[in-house]
Amino acid sequence: MSDVHDNDNDDTARPVSTVRDSGTDAPGTTRTGTDLQTRRAPVPDRFEDPGLPPHRPRMADTDVAAAKRAERQVAFLFFLSIVGTVLTIVGYFAVPLRDETDAGRVLLSNILLGTGIFLTLFGIGTGAVHWAKTLMPDHEEIDERHQIEGGPQEQAEAVGILSNGIEDSGIGRRPLIRNTLVGALALAPLPAVVLLKDTGPNPEGVLAETLWQADTRLVTDPTGTLIRAEEIPIGGVVHVQPEGIEESSHFLDEKAKAAVLLIRLEPDEVAPEALAGSFAGIVAYSKICTHMGCPVALYEQTTHHLLCPCHQSTFDVLQNCKVIFGPSDRPLPQLPIDVDGDGYLVATDGFAEPVGPSYWEREQDLRRMTEES
Amino acid sequence: MNAVLRHRRHPLALVVLLLGGLLVAGMAYAAVVPTRAQASEATGEDQIALGEQLFLANCSTCHGTDGAGGYENANGRVAGPSLIGVGAASVDFQVGTGRMPAQASGPQIQKRDPQFSLEETRAMAAYVATEFGPGPGIPDEEYLDPANGDVAEGNELFRVNCAMCHNFAGSGGALTRGKYAPSLMGVEPVHVYEAMVTGPQSMPVFSDDTLTPQQKNDIITFLDYVENTPSAGGLSLGSLGPVGDGLFIWVVGITGLIACAVWLGAKSS
Amino acid sequence: MSATTAPAPRSAPQSTAAKLGGFADSRLGLSGVVRANARKIFPDHWSFMLGEITLYSFVICLITGVFLTFFYVPSVALIEYSGSYEPLQGKLVSEALASTIFMSFEVRGGLLMRQIHHWAALVFVAATIVHMARVFFTGAFRRPRELNWVIGAILALLAIVEGFAGYSLPDDLLSGTGLRIAAAIILAIPLIGTYIHFFAFGGEFPGEAFIPRLYTIHVLLLPAIFLALIAAHLFLVVLHKHTQYPGPGRTNNNVVGYPLLPTYIAKAGGFFFIVFGVIALIAAFVQINPVWAYGPYDPSPVTAGSQPDWYMGWLDGAVRVMPGWLEVNVFGYVLSGNILLAAVVMPGLLTTLLIAYPWIERLATGDSREHHLLDRPRNAPTRTGIGVMALTFYCLMWANGGNDIIAIQLNLAINDITRFIGVAMFVAPPLAFLITKRICLGLQRRDRERVLHGVETGQVYRLDNGEVLERHAPMSDYDRWTLVQHDNYVPLEPGPATDANGVKRKGALLGNVQRRLSRFYFEDRVEPVTPTDLAAAHSHGAHDAIEGHDDPAAVEGSTGREVGSGQA
Repeated sequence: MSDVHDNDNDDTARPVSTVRDSGTDAPGTTRTGTDLQTRRAPVPDRFEDPGLPPHRPRMADTDVAAAKRAERQVAFLFFLSIVGTVLTIVGYFAVPLRDETDAGRVLLSNILLGTGIFLTLFGIGTGAVHWAKTLMPDHEEIDERHQIEGGPQEQAEAVGILSNGIEDSGIGRRPLIRNTLVGALALAPLPAVVLLKDTGPNPEGVLAETLWQADTRLVTDPTGTLIRAEEIPIGGVVHVQPEGIEESSHFLDEKAKAAVLLIRLEPDEVAPEALAGSFAGIVAYSKICTHMGCPVALYEQTTHHLLCPCHQSTFDVLQNCKVIFGPSDRPLPQLPIDVDGDGYLVATDGFAEPVGPSYWEREQDLRRMTEES
Repeated sequence: MNAVLRHRRHPLALVVLLLGGLLVAGMAYAAVVPTRAQASEATGEDQIALGEQLFLANCSTCHGTDGAGGYENANGRVAGPSLIGVGAASVDFQVGTGRMPAQASGPQIQKRDPQFSLEETRAMAAYVATEFGPGPGIPDEEYLDPANGDVAEGNELFRVNCAMCHNFAGSGGALTRGKYAPSLMGVEPVHVYEAMVTGPQSMPVFSDDTLTPQQKNDIITFLDYVENTPSAGGLSLGSLGPVGDGLFIWVVGITGLIACAVWLGAKSS
Repeated sequence: MSATTAPAPRSAPQSTAAKLGGFADSRLGLSGVVRANARKIFPDHWSFMLGEITLYSFVICLITGVFLTFFYVPSVALIEYSGSYEPLQGKLVSEALASTIFMSFEVRGGLLMRQIHHWAALVFVAATIVHMARVFFTGAFRRPRELNWVIGAILALLAIVEGFAGYSLPDDLLSGTGLRIAAAIILAIPLIGTYIHFFAFGGEFPGEAFIPRLYTIHVLLLPAIFLALIAAHLFLVVLHKHTQYPGPGRTNNNVVGYPLLPTYIAKAGGFFFIVFGVIALIAAFVQINPVWAYGPYDPSPVTAGSQPDWYMGWLDGAVRVMPGWLEVNVFGYVLSGNILLAAVVMPGLLTTLLIAYPWIERLATGDSREHHLLDRPRNAPTRTGIGVMALTFYCLMWANGGNDIIAIQLNLAINDITRFIGVAMFVAPPLAFLITKRICLGLQRRDRERVLHGVETGQVYRLDNGEVLERHAPMSDYDRWTLVQHDNYVPLEPGPATDANGVKRKGALLGNVQRRLSRFYFEDRVEPVTPTDLAAAHSHGAHDAIEGHDDPAAVEGSTGREVGSGQA
């Protein structure tokens, strides 16, 4: 950054140009609010503003035929708009929808109405713009600007009015009024905040509870059939929910915590930590991503990786669903399973930790769950 | 002399001569060169024999003559997984979609034009099923007909079991490390069924117990619906979701509107 | 005006227009308004239309939105679908989704209105960014327009929230997945996150309260705020008068352009119809948000290619690139740094910098005068570089948000794209800054060249000694003015440490920051050409005596010993 400021390499000595004075500051004033000042070197020579360039007339300005042609073009565009309006209305009645199940018919109606409305609007728009461009006068006109800030007299008057009014209110002379007013106004919005409390219940550890408990049987999602271990092929995947979930009062809420993925591995591929909760190579893991709660449903059979499609967190099933890529931090919790007396897959316990995304109190909930089990 | 002048060559004569020569040469070649043996409707032992012949010629280099795979090739690398127990369905899928015989290496084998006719493919499938142990077979025709399935059931099953990899409309999706779940548009029902039941490459296995044949039929019906039903709203931009919409609105929408603004602000001639 | 007067006798019958005018004037005081405003001058440039695209697409959303509210049911109560879309027959869907599909398939024009509404929303946010970029790169945010810049920044943020709320209303699989992520962001807030989540959702996710509440926010609360802010935004534009590009005849104290009546009413009014028409055309032919195909939201399934709408892509990309180890344990509590950094801290920081920028630049320039003439971006190289740097970062995050789509379209691996962007997000923006600044300085030098040595005419002639030279024509006064009218700031210098009475000046620390900032901004600069420079360039120096070279433009010579040639 040691480039010299004068980059034109000429050797003419020139004072450094400063900001052009627009006349709103007294010369030499400090405008920066710090101890820095702008350099007020004498203003060097500058080019003069040549003023507005000469006006170049358009064809329609000089040639009557061209003006007539432009007029016809504008009229044509407005006429096109009328055509569009007619097309829209005709299309509306010509293509009824209510009794039909045909996507093709919906498509036709959409195209007809949309094209009609396009012509209606675009015709008016381009007609108006073309009219302005070709026929309306295009001599550039000049307005003067006025400074936004009031002049010193105006400002002084305003300040005077304000201070008179404030003095009339007496607030300056009566601190008791002022202080209680401030207190009242500051506290007044509080009920508005408090009134929002009943928008929802307190969390109270609900996030850590799922429908899975000992002896809850596994059923397929979405069809709800019980599952036998031998039905699942090696390399197979089954999407699973707890039996009886449809009867729960908030079944989607429960599903958002209870969705589980069954995977069948070769028995020797099951991670040592997962062995106790597995059955014949079948392992069950929570499907809810520990990052932000999307379903981790993409199972790569050859690599045994689970991929979450939202932010690409990748979990390795062979390592007990440890995170091997992506923004997630914690592995997917395992659901311990076994087979019941009838041969159907069943959970032997609930999850050992809260499922899904992290939250502030998660460690407390985890400790509580560990103590309870 | 007049005869000579009368029969002077037309400027295009040379072109015609060349084209004619090419035509003759091509036809002669086609007549002389032996074509691939057109297998007639081979069944039973004939089919298996043909299948063996084709297998040994085209597949055994990587999969081993015993189909046990793990075959060390010249580079010492193991090439070709074991075909023990993969069943006829596997072969019909892999060969029928042109994935096998595999060509280039990469994160995964790509779909190509099939290298073999349907007869040859079925022959190889029969050979593998007989020789290398039973596995999923070629599915029954009745479960492949889109008319036999329930599109609403298929939609629901597809959404839970398939959409996370293949996308809600079967347009395909990304997996890790360069692998991908391919688009399902233009895939024949038999190959859809076979892929589900054999779990090729990264795809998990959906046996006929986890997804019954009727459920698979429902999924086929749903895919047929998606493929053959026009998008009600217009161009679907590949059914890739909001990314496609965003790209379109910037490339076409904003550019178009700015073009209108430039026209509006330009001085008329 | 006297309070009571007898009606003045009328000498001739009035025209209808005059009667109407009189009616309005006596009740609304219109004649004063007309006198002040009907012939107001507006400057003419296409880049001033970008804000209009934003405004008009908002109005389009309002109009089509009203239609949608006649059919949409803001309830997630589950019903058995019995409409015309076969693949959902008999399945449980929410009323919100069922009503949206009904509106699309069984109401004529319903799908069109939905698609116009959604495309217009995408245009709204896109045009906001383009408009904001124009304002930034031309320095239109300087005094007196800083407040308008702040209002605009707030509008941009609210537009993103409004769009997210809007497309989440149909309760389909894709937008529901997005709501899941929003819920996780809320959960990640330290201390009170779980409480805010439970209050917002009325309990757990997905709950039954959130979508109806989003409906109120989307249809009532945010549009009201928008209307108020947009009114303030436009009022300030009228109060301050629009800025204008520099050029001959245009000064800081005037506005050169065309009058509101009739030219701008025709052009700006017509442009509304054009924008509406273009969006309608897109909606007629290109599908967007096919919620029937996504299917009902359920926390268990998900679609490949789950992304938010494009304007939230940068947040999605930022979340994707974070490493997991940023989630830490703080005294027994969980702090999800990976989520908070990407979704809260980074956008919060960037928004703060965005809003504060006019004052940051003011600190560097020390300039508190009113500015109504725009900067050509090349004449503010550091500011332009900063803008490009910010856009580069934004675009990298945006691209990462679509990394799985990019991966399947370009045969790449998502892991590689993520890692690449993880590095590029630190390397590319400063690089973009440096390159942009150098390009701007180079363009300024080229402007100097053109003024000093004229415009190349393409006519060549040959000297007696065999040299071939190109004739340059001097620029016209009008063309030249645009290239030389700007002022350069210089880095601020500290004043004396103590004043005349030996009292130490205040603000020394801030002064230090200011001095450094000022040097960063203005140390590298190219001065505009002055008449002295031009005269020096025209003088031939040693070549004055050369025969036949009276043409000053022929100074572009072969010897390179010209005084003041200014060749870098």
